[in-house]
Amino acid sequence: MMPSSAMNRREFLKRLGVLGGGVIIGFNTLDRLAWARRHRTGFLGGGIPTDFNAFLRIGTDNRVVLYTGKIEMGQGAMTSIPQLLAEELHVNYDAVDIVMGDTDLCPWDAGTFGSLSIRHFGIFLREAAAEARGVLMELAADHLKSPIGRLVAQDGYVNDTSKPGRRVSYGELTRGNIIEKHLNDVPPLKASSKLETMGKSFPRRDALEKVTGAAKFSGDIRLPGMLYAKILRPPAHGAKFIKADIAPAKNIDGIQVVEEGDFVAVLHKYPDVAEQGLAQIKSRFDRPKTGVDDKTIFDHLLKSAPDPEVASQGGSLKTGEKLASTVIEETYFNSYVAHAPIEPHTAAAEFDGKKLTVWASTQTPFSVKDLIAEQLNLSADNVRVIVPYVGGAFGGKSASGQALEAARLAKRIGKPVQVAWSRAEEFFYDTFRPAAIVKIKSGLNSAGRITFWDYNVYFAGMRGSKQFYEIPHHKEKVYGRWRGSARRHHPFAVGPWRAPANNTNVYARDLHLNLMAAKAGADPLQFRLEHLKDKRMINVLKAAARKFGWQPIKTPSGRGYGIACGIDAGTYVAFMAEVEVDRSSGNVNVKRVVCAQDMGVVVNPDGAATQMEGCITMGLGYVFTEEIHFKDGEIFDLNFDTYTLPKFSWLPKIETVILENPELAPQGGGEPAIIGMGGVIATAIYDAVGAAVFQLPMTPARVKSAMKQA
Amino acid sequence: MIESIRFKLNGRPVNLKVDGERTLLWVLRSDLGVTGPKYGCGEGICGACTVLADNVAVLACQKTIKEVDGSEITTIEGLAQNGKLHPLQKAFVENAGFQCGYCTPGMILKAYSLLAENPTPSRDEIIAGMDDNLCRCGAHTRIVAAIETASREMKGGMK
Repeated sequence: MMPSSAMNRREFLKRLGVLGGGVIIGFNTLDRLAWARRHRTGFLGGGIPTDFNAFLRIGTDNRVVLYTGKIEMGQGAMTSIPQLLAEELHVNYDAVDIVMGDTDLCPWDAGTFGSLSIRHFGIFLREAAAEARGVLMELAADHLKSPIGRLVAQDGYVNDTSKPGRRVSYGELTRGNIIEKHLNDVPPLKASSKLETMGKSFPRRDALEKVTGAAKFSGDIRLPGMLYAKILRPPAHGAKFIKADIAPAKNIDGIQVVEEGDFVAVLHKYPDVAEQGLAQIKSRFDRPKTGVDDKTIFDHLLKSAPDPEVASQGGSLKTGEKLASTVIEETYFNSYVAHAPIEPHTAAAEFDGKKLTVWASTQTPFSVKDLIAEQLNLSADNVRVIVPYVGGAFGGKSASGQALEAARLAKRIGKPVQVAWSRAEEFFYDTFRPAAIVKIKSGLNSAGRITFWDYNVYFAGMRGSKQFYEIPHHKEKVYGRWRGSARRHHPFAVGPWRAPANNTNVYARDLHLNLMAAKAGADPLQFRLEHLKDKRMINVLKAAARKFGWQPIKTPSGRGYGIACGIDAGTYVAFMAEVEVDRSSGNVNVKRVVCAQDMGVVVNPDGAATQMEGCITMGLGYVFTEEIHFKDGEIFDLNFDTYTLPKFSWLPKIETVILENPELAPQGGGEPAIIGMGGVIATAIYDAVGAAVFQLPMTPARVKSAMKQA
Repeated sequence: MIESIRFKLNGRPVNLKVDGERTLLWVLRSDLGVTGPKYGCGEGICGACTVLADNVAVLACQKTIKEVDGSEITTIEGLAQNGKLHPLQKAFVENAGFQCGYCTPGMILKAYSLLAENPTPSRDEIIAGMDDNLCRCGAHTRIVAAIETASREMKGGMK
């Protein structure tokens, strides 16, 4: 399956070649299936290019430019990816420049999501860099007339170890030629004990630009003669356009209106004036009456649930139920959650009569390029997508409809156009984290062991649903995912939200486990450890407990201790928290959160810690406030007044621990540390006041209502 | 109504003939091409558009251009002097007080205003002072650390 935007190799090399000087070395990637087998993963969906995956240009000045389709959205990839390259190419980290997310310059890439940049793409990149170094060594052997066995590559030079001072730089070896050469024997990757560049906390490369205002986001692109477009939107999802009277808008000086059926756009050289123009347009829509709102949604979803897929299973639930002396059955809910990046979807587009160039805040520049080419009848060669800095995305900037809107308008009017969604549009068109339901029925025997675990998750998805506890009889079933055909049952678009499905799965699993631990009279940490054999999980739990100073409790203990753990993107993560609950208001104050994770080799420790802190802080939002209210397709939360994001005053004391695991290749870092936030706070609230809150977010009203029922 | 508006922007005089009711944010970003102040919510809730008016943080999306007539406006572009980063900018770099960087101009200028008023704030005072600026990436702990660092560095002075 080759996407149309993956131009052929020869063409690509030609294009890069004319960029002037230097050399590009292209690499074959390993066969995808072989790779998947080797890494024992069934997941081939994202991040693995099918043809070539990395391009280097080594300038005669010995600087190395890395071209990658990955984008920088705050996660720090522009800093960590060059570390991987420098390590295996044997060049100085500071000699590496990186060009990201430009579809004309960078090789095809599926997109920046799923914590794949390091753990999947990174492996290819390191292998490609090792192969490039091997090629350079061969060239050096010819150049220096030395046997290759005597040569050592270091800091961008190949040295003859037997003749001090005899050396040649990579730049001299390549001298502006295009070299495509493949080795039969690719040099092995460096052993973890020999890593020099990986494992160091290099400061972020985007820091200076971001503190001085020099950093350009899509909305900061200024093109000569550019107009800003505001587009007529329906009042509700599913509303049918009837008519619009555009005449009043035309009275405003300098306004241009584009009307193509239900697509009505008002353009002006100032965005605020375009908005005033749009406000003048009187429109009529036929609004749907679906009866589905944020309260009835759960019944609606349960009724329309598709047949389940089995995530994991073992033994027989029937047998397990017979062995149980206590059975616990509960249902857990979570609401729709918005991505709400502070930068709304934005794009600027320019059409020169032949070629469209689009600057867009997107996680998937190559899919956006394909979409635009297809929708606007252009060849893929005539669409270029460039991704400037992205102001947060969290899974929400994959669909990127704003880029198509800007492209469509620029092509139509022949002038550059910017489309920047307002905050209301951003909420309205978000691909929300789906509302979801989890039903768990489980049993304990008289010895306090779990005999069976019947797990059913509706609409959240597969990730994080697999069983990792030692339970003799269990079955984990997934009824509809956040992607695929189940999406049609939601009243609006849903999509991936940072660690999709896992937040829901961990919340339900860990709260349920603590309800079981309570019945068993067991300490929640000990209860988990007794049902675990997986060393990595045991290690992160123990590391979290040490940092937290966990004291065995019988929950609810009144101390307000919470615990959660899970696996995400190959990383194991454990959480502990301490809360105080105000019994009269239902307000919860999170005093501390400890998070310990095992992510294999750590590429940039400070960057990894930053991601963990970000996950924990962001996670407090879906724990306490974040929830989309709606009815009949109308979204009621359209700004941050009613949709509250975590604030400075919510900050708990956050402590992060990253375990050493040098034997394991780097795993995901951008998402794992958010997955346990629902679980750790729900179990902490239960421990504080003995009330299980069965729905996220755990608003004061829900906490109070849970206390009444407790 | 088209009015004649004069103010100083990052130390330089600006004379505009402009509808006085237009918002400062859009005049800065589109008419003047100064893109440091960002649009985040348009309703004065998120703080991404924060600029300084006479050294006090204001929300550019909530100010009309005529309201700043005669003021000195500083955006993030005007904070470094003669190529030298302001201690706050330096501290945001050193503490990694950002992730995506979109809210960062507003954060730094809000912190500037906070330190102008209270040069040696406690941690709680920093948190209270910054509470209306939103960051979705969760860089909060680093931002607080950056402001603490800058406060120490500036030793109570403003520059």
